[in-house]
Amino acid sequence: MIENLKFQDSFNYAYIDEFTKKEIRRKTLKAVCIPGYQVPYSSPEMPISRGWGTGGLHLTLSLVGPDDVLKVIDQGSDASVNACNLRLFVKEMAQCALTFDTAAATIIQSRHRVPEEILTENQILVLQVPQPEILRGVERHEAKTRMMHAEADYAKIWVTLYEAYVRNGHLRSGAGHPIMVNGRYVATPSPIPGWDVPNLSMARCLYLFGAGREKRIHCIPPFTPVKPLEFEDIRFKVEEFVGIKCQMSGQDKAFMDQIYAEDFSRYFVINDSNFLDKVRQGPRPPQKLFTNPE
Amino acid sequence: MDNNWLLRARNLTKIYGEAAPGVLERTGPKFDSNMDPKTGAVAAVNNISFDLYPGEVLGIVGESGSGKSTLVQLLYFDQDATAGEVHFKPFEDGAVNLFELSNQKKRFVRNHLMGMVYQNPRDGLNFRFSAGGNIAEKLLMAGVFHVGKIRIRGSDLLTHTEVPVKRMDESPARFSGGMQQRVQIAKAIANNPPLLLLDEVTSGLDVSVQAKVLDLIRSLQQDLGISMIVVSHDLGVIRMLTDRTLVLKHGQIVEHGLTDQILQDPQHGYTQLLVSSLL
Repeated sequence: MIENLKFQDSFNYAYIDEFTKKEIRRKTLKAVCIPGYQVPYSSPEMPISRGWGTGGLHLTLSLVGPDDVLKVIDQGSDASVNACNLRLFVKEMAQCALTFDTAAATIIQSRHRVPEEILTENQILVLQVPQPEILRGVERHEAKTRMMHAEADYAKIWVTLYEAYVRNGHLRSGAGHPIMVNGRYVATPSPIPGWDVPNLSMARCLYLFGAGREKRIHCIPPFTPVKPLEFEDIRFKVEEFVGIKCQMSGQDKAFMDQIYAEDFSRYFVINDSNFLDKVRQGPRPPQKLFTNPE
Repeated sequence: MDNNWLLRARNLTKIYGEAAPGVLERTGPKFDSNMDPKTGAVAAVNNISFDLYPGEVLGIVGESGSGKSTLVQLLYFDQDATAGEVHFKPFEDGAVNLFELSNQKKRFVRNHLMGMVYQNPRDGLNFRFSAGGNIAEKLLMAGVFHVGKIRIRGSDLLTHTEVPVKRMDESPARFSGGMQQRVQIAKAIANNPPLLLLDEVTSGLDVSVQAKVLDLIRSLQQDLGISMIVVSHDLGVIRMLTDRTLVLKHGQIVEHGLTDQILQDPQHGYTQLLVSSLL
């Protein structure tokens, strides 16, 4: 990164000023108290555009201290450009330690994935959310969607699931399957694959969801029941990688990336880069696996 | 007083604009206007009371702007009433005023105990969902979370309303007007509601399709014994469907009685005009 002394002096610790950080923490606490409920917050200006991870950055910066160990991943990878830049920015601003090791991190900021390795009570997963309002697809007006949440009026989102089933023959969407948090609020798990959704339920860690552009925080506290929406006869299923093994580690039972080689042949690689490193080097880290219903 | 009513409405009132004192007294058929000359407020529904009995079909007739659509929209909670009470036997035995319920309870009444068919299918159907999805919406609102059961019920309803079942998964936007109206009826009766509200269901359809839709409504009424409130400006529809009729003008009832009686021997000047202008 370019050395910039002016930068270091004229900014508060962890970039955001203390009053705003306090505000974000208070809103986070409120979100923890009402699992799945979207709490509006200030979403201050950041040196990156809104919608590029600002929500996650706000949460991370309001939580981080000099003793924290930070890991940033983008679509499972520590190495993607966005992850690298955010990681270096937080380090520059908060002088925290950095790691690639999922188990060693105290704060993990992520986009589009929950790490394969089971997270513990000492860890917080911050997810960057592009669209926190799961009902936006069926109702354009914010005033209406708020009322729908307040009255637990979720028929429309159920109709979209019904329609998806009629069209595709299964309930699985590409990412961001609607979840029922603590039996009350239907929320988006952010665009994570179905594979990761069962990990959200009754987890030991805290999940925070920040949407900077939409100015909303929501949360899944530890040990909160989270259920993907499913019908009585048509159940939610995670991605199945039948007969597929990771090209690099020979392992299966992890979320796989499909990669095209130069000769247009396809092969699969475990998506979570740190998990891949670990299974290649030593014993398999603890993992929560979901068995699809018949 | 008799106690076998299904729905009892008392002093239903809807004022658009400022509900200042005296608006109701300064409007109505007596003044030949529903607009208050003093405040400019419009009393669309002015102190209307009536009873509906089980299995009965009640007609509401009147010219445009007489408040008939507003009246059924009040009953279906599409609009908030300015004043008045509605008691509905299937809900807590008619002990509570529906207008005082929370939104959640109102939605329960709407989804479980009432069905509504609008003049324009776009008001009653969501064109972004398929025909089957629209029926599913009503069933999901009533808590049926079983796709198999939803599909069976949906195809039964569409068969009943003579919509080709193989077009169940198409958007109603691709249907003809008459078909859209029949999908709307299928949606409205999906939960076997004791009360069905029909707002100008045949207006804008051509005559042969009108006849089909009316046949359907009549057979539904005979098969299922649903009570209905039928709003129309078309006396032909009223004559064919209803047992009893209210004639509305400028937000008030000017005449009510048995449909045959009203059509044979209209008493009020406005009703006489309506009947004599029947083509």
